[in-house]
Amino acid sequence: MHALIGTLINGIALGMAYALIAVGYSMVFGILRLINFAHGAMYAFGAYMVYFFVSLKLGLLPAIMLSILMSGILALLIDKVALEPLRKKKSIPIATLITTVGMSFIIQNFLSIEYIFTSEKKGFPSLNLFGSFTVGNVTIQSSQLIMFVVALILLAILTLLVNKTKIGLAMRATEQNVKAANLMGINVNFIISFTFFLGGATAAIAGALISGYYQVISPTMGSLIGLKAFSAAVVGGIGILYGSVVGGLVVGVAECLAAQYLGSNVRDPMAFVILIIILIIKPTGLFGKKGISKV
Amino acid sequence: MDKVREKIKTKGLLFNIEHFFDRYKVIISVVFAVVALSVPFIGLSRATMRLLVMIGLYSMLGMGLNLLVGYTGQVSLGHAGFYAIGAYVCALLQVDAGVNFWLALLIGGIVSGFVGFLLGLPTLRLSGTYLSIVTLGFCEVVQMILKQWESVTYGNYGVRNIPKPELFGFTFNQQNGGFYIIILVLAVLTALGCHFIKNSKTGRAFIAIKEDELAATMMGIKTSRYKILAFVLSAFITGIAGGFYSVINNGYIEPTNFTFNISILIMSVVIVGGLGTIRGMVFGATILMLFPEVFRFLNEWRFVIYGVLLVLMMQFRPQGALGWQSTLPYRLSKETKKLLEKKKAAAEDASRTK
Repeated sequence: MHALIGTLINGIALGMAYALIAVGYSMVFGILRLINFAHGAMYAFGAYMVYFFVSLKLGLLPAIMLSILMSGILALLIDKVALEPLRKKKSIPIATLITTVGMSFIIQNFLSIEYIFTSEKKGFPSLNLFGSFTVGNVTIQSSQLIMFVVALILLAILTLLVNKTKIGLAMRATEQNVKAANLMGINVNFIISFTFFLGGATAAIAGALISGYYQVISPTMGSLIGLKAFSAAVVGGIGILYGSVVGGLVVGVAECLAAQYLGSNVRDPMAFVILIIILIIKPTGLFGKKGISKV
Repeated sequence: MDKVREKIKTKGLLFNIEHFFDRYKVIISVVFAVVALSVPFIGLSRATMRLLVMIGLYSMLGMGLNLLVGYTGQVSLGHAGFYAIGAYVCALLQVDAGVNFWLALLIGGIVSGFVGFLLGLPTLRLSGTYLSIVTLGFCEVVQMILKQWESVTYGNYGVRNIPKPELFGFTFNQQNGGFYIIILVLAVLTALGCHFIKNSKTGRAFIAIKEDELAATMMGIKTSRYKILAFVLSAFITGIAGGFYSVINNGYIEPTNFTFNISILIMSVVIVGGLGTIRGMVFGATILMLFPEVFRFLNEWRFVIYGVLLVLMMQFRPQGALGWQSTLPYRLSKETKKLLEKKKAAAEDASRTK
């Protein structure tokens, strides 16, 4: 029984971190209708930046802060350098998709270059800051608790930002109709860049949290987790923040249960199995609204 | 004014080239056939031969995906899944059931096509990005099944000792150029098939769906049927390519040969070469297969450069290197020509009687 509870706790903690990555996908998709394949690489980049600043003996917290800033700027750069010109040219959607794939190639392989970080796995400072404690029969590691609490707080802040502030209003307007938002005096390009910045920053935090939990990083660590988090975003209904949280939790818990009871090979594809089932039953995801296409 | 003249000139050049190829297509095909068939006998190194085989294989994969993405406009990110199904069915039939390679290859293609049919069904409910996501998930699920279903697929261990293909006592392998001949025949057949599909009623329906699905429906095209057909054809070609891959990879395949990265690689072939063209697939495959070999001196940097090139390509030539629209006049079918002539004659008759 307490094996089950342990698995659930593990799943919920991981799920919250997935939710944090999923939110980044969700926000970008909401505005641009684009799967940002560079997001997973951004997550890896965030983790590597933490590693880099920690190795400069800056301390864990300042390192994470700097990493958030760097990843946010990187995301901003990707948008400004590669995606904004494509938007101006009104390129075909697949060109934008391939551009993000190219960007993820650049980041991932840049991280694995010998003189910089090398492609080998590296140890990451543990986030298990307060050891572990036992409630009843169940042991909870403090890294799990930190992961859960930090992700929860950040998701709450993001929700407030989107729903209660002026810039959030502008984001929602842009999401609904770019042209109309532009006519209402919203600087759409700024909003999109801001969204990318937020996405990069949340990815970096998730990178720090999950790496602190597993205590290992590698340049390609972002690709699979990125895809999983993306499925989580779609499962919950892409473009909807609380949908990403529910999706992340569903994926995280299902994954841990599958690993525990079905074997470790089932763990990674679990997200996609759920994804396919949900999409076939409800094509817009659990909480997704049905878009009306006009002729 | 000068600019306009220049434009006409450049357009004229493209037209001239296309016209040249169109006029001498018989001679060009014969020359191509002679050159292509003589390649194994001019003593190229093993590495070069292997490279040529890979170019042929990826041309074929590109053409398969192109049917779906280039013509029908359905973006699939899961073609590694079909590739894996073709490879595994072909390999397992040979190793465990002792089936002849050629039959196994065909069955692999058919099974893959059938799975394509199943995956095509959600296209009735999903469109655009959501469809891409389902295909992406499909690829991962295929991976899981290959890894998990150990009693049949040998799991992570992979299928080993896959025999070399034989025909009338002749064994095809890398050294005697047999692999090259097989993939040459397969790729040419695929190219011809794609060419005929493109110029048929089916192909026109595919392109109509890509351009505007709603308008296509209004013109009486059963869009869902054609979308599923595109999936089946595309999966069939990819499955055949997978079956071929299973024998050339040193008689050994494992689930990690068919990851999401392969899907992306096939997609890159299609995009770099030129969406919706057959010449583009061969070109894209050549570029992407040559790239890691030519830029070996860059070591790990080459994959960074590869990403940079993809990004630059999308910025400045999103239609792909050879992705131009044909400037030749539209070729009408024989029946249409007959009908037109009849109408012309009738009009002449009418004017004469007046």
